[in-house]
Amino acid sequence: MKRFLCVIRKQHAGDESWCGLRLMLSSALRCLRPSTCTLALTRQLTYRRPHMGPVETTIQTKLTQALKPEHLEVINESHMHAVPAGSESHFRVLVVSPQFEGLSLLQRHRLVNETLKEELSTCVHALAIQAKTPQQWSSNPSLAKSPPCMGGSKHDNTMAEKLKAGRD
Amino acid sequence: MNNLIRSTARCLRSSAWQYRTAQTNGELLSGWARLMCSSSAVQKNLEEIVKKDKVVVFMKGTPAQPMCGFSNAVVQILRMHGVDSYAAYNVLDDQDIRQGIKTFSNWPTIPQVYFNGEFVGGCDILLQMHQSGDLVEELQKLGIRSALLDQEKESK
Repeated sequence: MKRFLCVIRKQHAGDESWCGLRLMLSSALRCLRPSTCTLALTRQLTYRRPHMGPVETTIQTKLTQALKPEHLEVINESHMHAVPAGSESHFRVLVVSPQFEGLSLLQRHRLVNETLKEELSTCVHALAIQAKTPQQWSSNPSLAKSPPCMGGSKHDNTMAEKLKAGRD
Repeated sequence: MNNLIRSTARCLRSSAWQYRTAQTNGELLSGWARLMCSSSAVQKNLEEIVKKDKVVVFMKGTPAQPMCGFSNAVVQILRMHGVDSYAAYNVLDDQDIRQGIKTFSNWPTIPQVYFNGEFVGGCDILLQMHQSGDLVEELQKLGIRSALLDQEKESK
């Protein structure tokens, strides 16, 4: 890019229009450079399907109402598992809430489980939880990754029931 | 409500099988009595199981062949700390244990980890304990020296 600019500069040496062109090119480059917020937005867009299913919507609503989170991510990870396309059986949630202050990891997870009790007893087969306080989130704003599926659902004779519950 | 009906139907089916067996054997215990006995028997059994060993894991599959990514993660974390000898129960082999442990722990998912009879949590909690260094401390309380401590020593 610098070489390109030098070539243009030589061609327009002494030309006032060179300054305007340089300004234009510099601002174009700044727009193309990725920023942290753009990456975070991209991650959200990547993991959130355009159409949120009913279970995903319910999880989002219940966690928002119960825990008043400062930041919440609900990710349907069913596509990573041995279940039919379009399933809503495996989820990952990241909840950042001041309500977690002073609570142990176990207490925080129990709070989330309690909030989603109905879903966990019917259609949701797996729920990965990250429960952070706002301070913990600001010092480490990272979403954990789920381990690769090892096909457990294929050998699970209760899955059909759970998937049916999700569809109903 | 539907879940209550479904789980009751499931229990009745299993108890019906036991009742038929009882009749064949000439015993006269009612299906309902057997149902109550088997459920509380499972809970009592679990109470003994979780206290029998220092580290107890309820998982899908076995440590040698896990059948779930989250269960595998628990196995790998314990292996990293040099914990190779622990009690592992494959819930896919036994639906009574599978449902029973969820009731016993009041925890809806598998895997589940117990240290000295106390419920620790699932895969997420064990992973965070490992990342924060808390797992080394907890293992020390059980009288288990984490292999990671030896690795740190060697690297120094």
